[in-house]
Formats: sequence, C-alpha cells, structure tokens
Amino acid sequence: MKWGLSLFLVSGIVLAQSRSGLEYASEEIRRLQANDAENPGMLWVDRGAQLFAQHCASCHTVEAMKGVAARYPRVVDGKVVNLEAQVRHAGAPFAYESDELLALTSFVAHQSRGMPLRIEAPAKDVERGKAEYYRRRGQMSLACAHCHEANPGKKLGAETLSQGQPNGYPAYRLEWQTLGSLHRRLRSCMFGLHAEVPPYGSPLLLDLELFLASRARGLPVEAPAVRR
Amino acid sequence: MALARIQVPRETKRGELVEVRIVIQHPMETGYRRDAGERVPRNAIHSFACRYNGAEVFRATLSTGIAANPFLRFYFRAVDSGELDFWWLDDDEKEGTAKARLVVL
Amino acid sequence: MKRRRFVGWSLAVIPLKVLGQANAHISTTDPLVFAITKGKPVNPGRVKLELPSLAENGHSVAMTVKVESPMSAADHVRAIHLISAKNPVREMATFYLGAHSGRAEVGSRIRLNGTQRMVAVAELSDGSFWSDAVMIEVREAACTDGG
Repeated sequence: MKWGLSLFLVSGIVLAQSRSGLEYASEEIRRLQANDAENPGMLWVDRGAQLFAQHCASCHTVEAMKGVAARYPRVVDGKVVNLEAQVRHAGAPFAYESDELLALTSFVAHQSRGMPLRIEAPAKDVERGKAEYYRRRGQMSLACAHCHEANPGKKLGAETLSQGQPNGYPAYRLEWQTLGSLHRRLRSCMFGLHAEVPPYGSPLLLDLELFLASRARGLPVEAPAVRR
Repeated sequence: MALARIQVPRETKRGELVEVRIVIQHPMETGYRRDAGERVPRNAIHSFACRYNGAEVFRATLSTGIAANPFLRFYFRAVDSGELDFWWLDDDEKEGTAKARLVVL
Repeated sequence: MKRRRFVGWSLAVIPLKVLGQANAHISTTDPLVFAITKGKPVNPGRVKLELPSLAENGHSVAMTVKVESPMSAADHVRAIHLISAKNPVREMATFYLGAHSGRAEVGSRIRLNGTQRMVAVAELSDGSFWSDAVMIEVREAACTDGG
C-alpha cells in the first residue's frame, strides 16, 4: 500500500506538528475536560481508585503508577501489550470495555496525566501498525491517513477532523455518553468505513495502537479526556 | 453501580453560601438510542433530592433533557456541621444515594 | 400595587427587547406553561438563562439559570422550570428552591435535540411568575439524530 503513501508525499502533506484532539475540540468540550468537578470521565477514575485498592494494591502502590501509561503500549516477548492487557494481567481479568476495566485503565492512565507519551518499541513492530494506518479498507476504501494525516482541521460533514491522536484515551465521548477505550474508537471508525470491525484486543488494533502512540510522542496523557 | 462525584467545601462558616456540585454516573437513556440495532429503552433519573442534616435543601425533577452522567450545581446556606444526603430515583425505580460531610465553623 | 408597576415597566421594556431578540415573552397558552402558571401572567425578566448561542454538540450543553431574588423567608424563588421547544420531552427539569437556598442559581448540562428556543419560568413565593427565553443553535442534535 506504499502507492497510497506516495500520493501524500507528492502533495507534500505531512504532519508538521502533533496536535492533541483537544485542539480540534469545541470550547464546551475543552471546558469540560479542564474541570475535574464536571468531567464525567472522573466518575470512572474514582471507581478505578476503589478497584485498584481491591485488586491491585496487594502488589502495586498508586505512586508507582505515575508515568506508566506514558510508556504503553509496550512490546513484550514480541507481543504488543497495551494498558488494558497489562491491567488484566493478574487478579483483575475484567472483560474488554467492561465498566471495571475502563475504570482501572482510566485510573492508571490518570496517574500520568500531563506527562508526555514516550513509547519505546522495536521499529519492526511499529512498522506493522504503520502499514495498517496507510492501508485502504472497507467499502469506502479509505485509510486512516486519508482523514487524519491529509486532512486534519478540515470538516467532514459537521465535524472537524483531528489527527487521530490516542493520548486522550480512555476518553468520555459525548456521542457514547460514556467513557470508552481507544479500541472502541478505532472500531467505530472502521464501522464508519464499512470495513470489517476487528475484535477488542485483536492484533490489528494493538498494532495500530502501538503505531499511533509512537507517532504521538511528546503529546501529554490527558486521561480522562472529553471528546465529541 | 451508581457512583457520584461530590464537591463541597470541606469547611465553611455559619451563614455562608455553600456551593454543591455533583456528577452522578447514569446513562439518562432517552429511549431513542440504538445499540447494535436494538433500541435502548428509556431510563433516566427523574427525581433528585439533597438533605442537609435531615432537612431538604434542594430537590429536582429531571428528564431525558438532562445530559448523561447528570451534573447539578446548587446552593444553600450553612447552619450546623453535618451530613449532606443525596438521593435519586430513575425510571427503572432504581435508587441511588451518596453522602458528604460538611464542617461548619 | 407594586406588581402592576413592575408589569408596567416590563411592558414598556418589551418592544426594545423584541428588537434585540433576547427574552421575547413566552406563550402563556403553551400547555406546558399553563400547567405551571394556571393562566397567571408570566413576566419577562429577573430570570437569566445562560446558554451558549451555538453548541457544536447537543448531547451535553452547559446551562446556568439564575433568578434575581433576596431569597429571604418573605421573598424567594420556589421553583424554576426549564422548557424546550423541540426536545421529544419538552419539560426538561424543575428545580425546587427555598429561602434556605441562599442563592437562586442552578447549573447543569442539558441535551438539545437541535436548534431551538429554551424557556425558563421561575415561580416566586408571592405566586408571581417570571421568565427568560434563549435561542440556541445546535450543530449536532442529541436525541433523534441517530444517537
């Protein structure tokens, strides 16, 4: 799918500077995210604190969680491990997208709020996700890059396209009226393209997540972010 | 599991105005939303009350016109130290409660 | 009578307000308003409904409603009603206050099913009704827009 990539290089459109989804969000969303007393995502962080005490505190301190989310996903023994997978590792086998897993991941991610994403992973693993990012898919035959690299800031219908950065997740999305994971967001994008929707935690989504997080180097962890 | 996030000043003086902010975890389902093709039935918090040392200081009738994970901000005058008791009820007849402590100097 | 003078002043002020498009008087024949007021007059003023003039997303819009009132035992706000013109459920909320409230101000986040006019009607302890109305443009509607 390198042919598609060459189109962008020819037109000279390349991400000049990484921008969080927050920069493309409405004033109301920015206000909500900035206000812990009103940010609905904080409900999950609160619940996560309770669950952490129940399920994780026997081995981990909250203080030790600081900085963790800024380094995920990681590659361990050749496999991509994201925060959700790591959180489920022992004693907390909650299902993907369950309220409990969302609460725990948002709590852990929240401990790194404000810290810059700094993913360290072998280039060959990041390249797998990068290839997916540029691969056309679905009936619409579009790649992630078509919207998020070629056209951020432009409108798609009533909505402004962002760069598709992952640093706000898990995020409270107004459309979902609840907190959700990055995989949920990626799945709904694929649904929108009329492409096959990969399962939560699948290799495709993990590879994409690794690439997105690497590409987002330097952007601050914003969990729990608010998005439209 | 109904969770609420409450913000009140930890302490205040007698006669002062107290600002209460509360966010309650609740989908406030409109009955119009579809999930995997199926219509999700309406279920919203319709009644909410806050009691301060047993006396009601705020009450509200809500509807699906209030956004999910409802947020309320209201005021009352501080009298004595005590408990703030929050209570709500939704269309499914599920109750939720929360408490906060107020110290009045 | 004090109230007649008030109403007199309000009537004098209305034409200018209509030109300025904010706070146009509400319809007392609207069945929802009638259910609240039982036909008593609703005076424009004293109530301030704060909403952005444009909301990108109708799912969650910040709203504050305030009423000018000493909130004393003799003179306070009993209730504030929020009415939507276009939502499937037009009675959005009612907030019950009293002298103990200290301040007649309530904040929340509302859902709006598209561009519409919102009305707030306040009922005072003396049995009078006051209102404010605001036009708000909503880009992405909340309820019936595919959820």
